[in-house]
Amino acid sequence: MAAQMAASTDPQALSWYEATARQRVVALADPGTFTEFLPPTERRMSPHLPLFDLPRAFDDGIVVGRARLDGRPVLVAAQEGRFMGGAFGEVHGAKLIGLLRAALDVRPAAVLILFDTGGVRLQEANAGETAIAEAMRAIAEVRSAGVPVIGLIGGRAGCYGGGGLIAGTCSRLAVSEGGRISVSGPEVIETNRGAEEFDSRDRALVWRTMGGKHRRLIGGADAFAADTVAAFRAAALDLIGRAPAFDLATLEAEQARLEARIARFGDCRDATEIWARLGVNDPDAVPAMTTAAFDETVARVEEAHHDAR
Amino acid sequence: MESLTFRHTTAKPLAGTVPSTITGVVASGNLEVLLERVLPPDTCEVAIETPIAGYGPVWEAVVADFVARAQPGGIRISINDGGARPDTVSLRLLQGARLMEA
Repeated sequence: MAAQMAASTDPQALSWYEATARQRVVALADPGTFTEFLPPTERRMSPHLPLFDLPRAFDDGIVVGRARLDGRPVLVAAQEGRFMGGAFGEVHGAKLIGLLRAALDVRPAAVLILFDTGGVRLQEANAGETAIAEAMRAIAEVRSAGVPVIGLIGGRAGCYGGGGLIAGTCSRLAVSEGGRISVSGPEVIETNRGAEEFDSRDRALVWRTMGGKHRRLIGGADAFAADTVAAFRAAALDLIGRAPAFDLATLEAEQARLEARIARFGDCRDATEIWARLGVNDPDAVPAMTTAAFDETVARVEEAHHDAR
Repeated sequence: MESLTFRHTTAKPLAGTVPSTITGVVASGNLEVLLERVLPPDTCEVAIETPIAGYGPVWEAVVADFVARAQPGGIRISINDGGARPDTVSLRLLQGARLMEA
């Protein structure tokens, strides 16, 4: 569609954070190769939102389709974080699950999931929760079939709730500084445990607890990308090339990695304590580091590199 | 939700051959505009779904102004509104028409 042409500005310059889901997909893929499944003209919209007098989106907040990345076929899903916080509803979830199941038939070089979500859409929570579970099952099946599933996280909604769970099942994750990965979001933690436990208005606290740099340093994400579509494309290509096998050895290595993490850092009260234990010379300097300086820091941190997941 | 539909006759068809396009996102103060080249070349139809009831006359005026400026003959326009201001609506409509002309 024409929006794709308008969106294909220079990917070097296009901010991942600012771009819409549609712009991200089109600029990420090889030029002119993206074909959308169930495009807006099909009007596959939420059957639930009208009950709540809420507006719907023609694509239910997710763009799915096939494309080529460096000439190789991939399937792509991109959530639109600005429509209802990118949350999973029935149709939204079904589009992602359908795409993953299609990967079992077409065997692409990878499935790319461009997360931008607060989790489940509360107005259709049962369908959304089911979608989360089915998506995780589908990813396990796709990975078992030898197809890597790569998550790209750098949108304004971050990757929270069930989205964080799905991300945890991916082969590899790339994250930018603006991206955040967690399950319970800052406001949820504060509501349940109080501002003394977690002050959701403390943006620096939010970012050093859930943000891209922290996730990369502890190995929660496997690549750190600058906030451009070009950087995410390079990260995706790199991660596809070094995705782990999905076998018992990988799962046991992942279990051991996570056990070691909680044993080593479980008593830390702040991410800066974790960074200090990781051997980062000046933990307080991490949030302000440029991408290049941060890459050098990551290279020296053992936990950031692993064969598990 | 309030549903509004406006039909206009245009002096000419919208230039270009792009069959369909979409612009904008359904978010607070924003809207998505889906344009499809599916109508007779002298006809334009604009269908709006908005959660903000009671602004029919404003929508009518914004749409009439857009049709007069863009002459979007042949185009069916479908809008999911997130509570956009009239100036935002006007810009999105013109943006959509321009994308169809590519």
